[in-house]
Amino acid sequence: MDVKGAQVRHESLGLDEDDLLRIYRHMLLARMVDERSWILNRQGKAAFVISCQGHEGAQVGTAYNLRPGHDYVYPYYRDAGITMLLGQSARDQFLSLLGKKEDPNSAGRQMPGHFSSRELNIVSASAPVGVQYPQAVGTALAFKMRGEDGMVLACGGEASTSSGDWHEAMNFAGIHDLPVVFLVENNVYAISVPEKMQVAGSIAKRAEGYGFPGVEVDGNDVLAVYEAAKEAFDRVRRGDGPSLIEAKTYRLTAHSSDDDDRRYREREEVEEWRLKDPIVRFEKYLEEAGVLDAEKKEEMAAGIKVEIDEAVEYAEGAPYADPEEALERVYAEG
Amino acid sequence: MTEGTIARWLKAEGDEIEKDEPLAEVDTDKVNAELPSPVTGKIEKLLISEGATVDVGTEIALVTIAGESQTTEAPPREDEATETPTEEFPAADTEAQPVAAGDGTNQRAVVEARSEEARSDGDGRGEFESAETLKLKRSSPVVRRLAGEHGISIEEVPGTGAGGRVTKKDIEAYVEERETERETPAMAATIAAPGREPERERVPVYEGDRVVKLTSVRRAIANRMSSSKREAPHAWTMVEADVSGLVSLRERDKDEFAEREGIRLTYLPFIVKAVVEGLKMHPVLNSVWDGDRIVLRKRINIGVAVDLEDALIVPVILDADELTILGLARKIDDVVKRARNGQLSPDDVAGGTFTVNNPGALGSVVSVPIINHSQTAIVSAEAVVKRPVAVDDAIAVRSMINLEVSFDHRVMDGGAALRFLNTVKERLEDYGPESVIG
Amino acid sequence: MATKNLLQAIHEGLAEEMRSDDSVMVLGEDVGKAGGVFRVTQGLQDEFGPLRVMDTPLAESLIVGSAIGLSVNGMRPVAEIQFADFIPPAFDQLVSEAARFYYRSNGAWKVPLTIRAPYGAVHGGALYHSQSVEAWFCNTPGLKVVAPTFPADAKGMLKSAIRDPNPVLFFEHKRTYRLIKEEVLEDDYEVPLGEARVHRQGTDLTVVSYGLMLYQALQVAQKLSEEHGIEAEVVEPRTLYPLDKETILDSVKKTGKFLAVSEANLTGSVSAEIAAIVAQEAFEWLDGPVMRLGAPDVPAAAFAKPMLDFFVPSAEKIEAAILELARY
Repeated sequence: MDVKGAQVRHESLGLDEDDLLRIYRHMLLARMVDERSWILNRQGKAAFVISCQGHEGAQVGTAYNLRPGHDYVYPYYRDAGITMLLGQSARDQFLSLLGKKEDPNSAGRQMPGHFSSRELNIVSASAPVGVQYPQAVGTALAFKMRGEDGMVLACGGEASTSSGDWHEAMNFAGIHDLPVVFLVENNVYAISVPEKMQVAGSIAKRAEGYGFPGVEVDGNDVLAVYEAAKEAFDRVRRGDGPSLIEAKTYRLTAHSSDDDDRRYREREEVEEWRLKDPIVRFEKYLEEAGVLDAEKKEEMAAGIKVEIDEAVEYAEGAPYADPEEALERVYAEG
Repeated sequence: MTEGTIARWLKAEGDEIEKDEPLAEVDTDKVNAELPSPVTGKIEKLLISEGATVDVGTEIALVTIAGESQTTEAPPREDEATETPTEEFPAADTEAQPVAAGDGTNQRAVVEARSEEARSDGDGRGEFESAETLKLKRSSPVVRRLAGEHGISIEEVPGTGAGGRVTKKDIEAYVEERETERETPAMAATIAAPGREPERERVPVYEGDRVVKLTSVRRAIANRMSSSKREAPHAWTMVEADVSGLVSLRERDKDEFAEREGIRLTYLPFIVKAVVEGLKMHPVLNSVWDGDRIVLRKRINIGVAVDLEDALIVPVILDADELTILGLARKIDDVVKRARNGQLSPDDVAGGTFTVNNPGALGSVVSVPIINHSQTAIVSAEAVVKRPVAVDDAIAVRSMINLEVSFDHRVMDGGAALRFLNTVKERLEDYGPESVIG
Repeated sequence: MATKNLLQAIHEGLAEEMRSDDSVMVLGEDVGKAGGVFRVTQGLQDEFGPLRVMDTPLAESLIVGSAIGLSVNGMRPVAEIQFADFIPPAFDQLVSEAARFYYRSNGAWKVPLTIRAPYGAVHGGALYHSQSVEAWFCNTPGLKVVAPTFPADAKGMLKSAIRDPNPVLFFEHKRTYRLIKEEVLEDDYEVPLGEARVHRQGTDLTVVSYGLMLYQALQVAQKLSEEHGIEAEVVEPRTLYPLDKETILDSVKKTGKFLAVSEANLTGSVSAEIAAIVAQEAFEWLDGPVMRLGAPDVPAAAFAKPMLDFFVPSAEKIEAAILELARY
């Protein structure tokens, strides 16, 4: 792709250079935070890591269309790229990773990856897969009932579309033309179960059965995702009803720090997908668009590293919640 | 404790026996107790011979209950005191059967001694009392609490609840009634259902009071002392002996003795030896009252009273007349040690014919001992103290010891007792610093 | 004041809340156009429209899940599960999700959700329209479970449940919908959750019950008072979880005897939990064993009437149980 062609692409999407750099930084931040999390786990400091590596394009591309604090998001456990873009910091990530009191998601009550923020309208995530979908469409219904222009982004992996809850929610969204976008981050594996054992037919095409559009997109091409999401979000905000985006991507790490993926997939396959790493691909685009050079890249990475170092140090020194606090906030008052 | 020894039958086959009357002497390792009959009737058969040791729960005798013909039901049995007092408590709608509730505190003492010892031995013989039993004995938490607060025994309250249980209302009514009857003597005994414990007015318990439950040993002692005093008209007399010579002798020899023998040389072996000699010369004190006759024992088995913290135990030195001072010293040391460690066997406390009490070891100068039940006399040896006495019209400081005898006045008179005491005194006064300890 | 049956009282409470608060809404199967299979929501859709009184697809998990989503975005949904027997598909959303939102987010997200469900054995209902399922939910911290028996209580407690920022499971005994009538205030009033009620005072024993069994226990208590002079104190928990222990314990400490009567399978029932509390905390006041009367441990109630009648504790069984305990 030539420079001019590259420029046209993002401009046609309404993105300027600042946007591009912001998008890039979010992807890089997500990746670097994740990498450091694994190191902390292998050092025995973090009990559990569940990664977003490989998903950065799908997540940032979609979430860049959100209005933080206005729209609602139901992320799943891999969506650190989304939550950090919405406003959670690297420090927040590590506080959550280490289960400290200042963890914004749960003050250490939940495992890492169970995002929650009232201010950012990130609804508390759970562990059972798929439960977020009925909740998400309920939230979307509230917007519709009040005639507001808020919308809901509901995310999950391809396996979450196997659950009854996903189908019940899709159905409901279709009946009532709800302002919700379903983002399915199809990363080929649900722990060890591959796509062909998980999904009958096409996820994207299921939307048609529920009465609304569904698109398949290259999840590792952040601009392609951005485009698909923009269209879906615009549609929703116009009041034309829900959309489904199936972002085809790949899980570069094992399912979690408790999983050994060598048991069920070949290194060759992973390496093949690394060649399509969304960050590498976007860097190439940015370089071609003249937005990023080696020096800038290094500067950005260095800046992020400083941010992460500080965040880790802070999180490691931060206190745990008082044990007796485990008894509190079972019921809301008032 | 899971077994006991029938030391002696106190009744024979064919005898009539009354409830509470002693049926046998039973030995456990702590207690030489009498087993009072739980029933009134006629002894058909004694199933166990004297000296035999049997497990708790073994049948020991067959008794036909008064007023029942033998041919009707199976002959009621007297079970040996068991750990499961199930049979002790009749269900409300059955007739008063043999082993009735609260009967014979002696028996319960033995029962409890066994159950408690079984528990403390970690015996784990979990035989559960039946619900019916517990219902009557322990009723319910609130009834127990009220009973405790008012110092009432649940068994004395008439119960209208299921199975004859005392209900909360029952005990509340009883308390009220009792309070209005405070001035008049307790009539409750007459309304006790058959098989209930004989009425006794309970001491009220006030706040701050501590209630000490009776151990089986204490209960056994209480019973024996009561029996002894009740049966034998006690008389008492005292002499004092100048044992200065004995004191010097002991001073001279005690260190070497201790080193050689590994035990302390106290005055007690000397006293026992003197007593033995006294008994040889005055055998009437080594006897047993037998109603219409007195049996003079040949063997001289001296019981030595040992003070334990909260009880008294009397291990016996059999054939004490065959032992030298050394032999006696060793034997005394042995039984005292074992008594203090709770290691005495039934045999150790059996067969005594005479008892020597030694309150002098604790500093007593005068005491009036109670005869060991079924024996005829008991000697107390007091502390050896230096006192100014007249010796040939001059005042000298001598080591003096008081010696007393309590004796059964049915069996002998003061003269016999004093003659005996004087023999003991003379023997003790005979010792001098040059005597040989034989 | 007007005489209302349970059904009418619940309807009234719901309608009043919807009128006074725009965020209150109803959703469930057949609740809109048809007004609910028991007619509890009759007329509401006409008044408030098809979004505020919504006929949902046949998908219980969706009903409760979307209600959660509604409640975290400014609404106060009152979801109906047509029969308590059909709660299981929504179990995850109710127990793992709704009950835990507040706790797991450390207080960030409240779920002011009410779920209504008819329960209790009814002739013809058989295994899937008769169950008493409350025990499944009565050890779920974060959830409240209520089962008011009388109309006035039900109206007041429904209002409290709707206003409560926590998820509340609201059980209605279907046999008593029309059976129990009483004077009900036509005003706005609340009956607080977490409070038991002493229906009848007595000194001989404490009977704790709810639902149809409570109604029967009260009649039996009256009969035994007249015929035997036995005075039973009858207490209704009203809120099954968390329990008002104080009221129940005070009663048992007074009478010394406890009997729980319920229509649920005996083992692991709410009665069992109350009994355990009584046995532990009222031990010194007990003058008799802690008793429970419940349905046998077999699946719900059969279709055929003789088997149904055998399953549900009858007035005769209640009477016998009270007599036996009183006489202990």
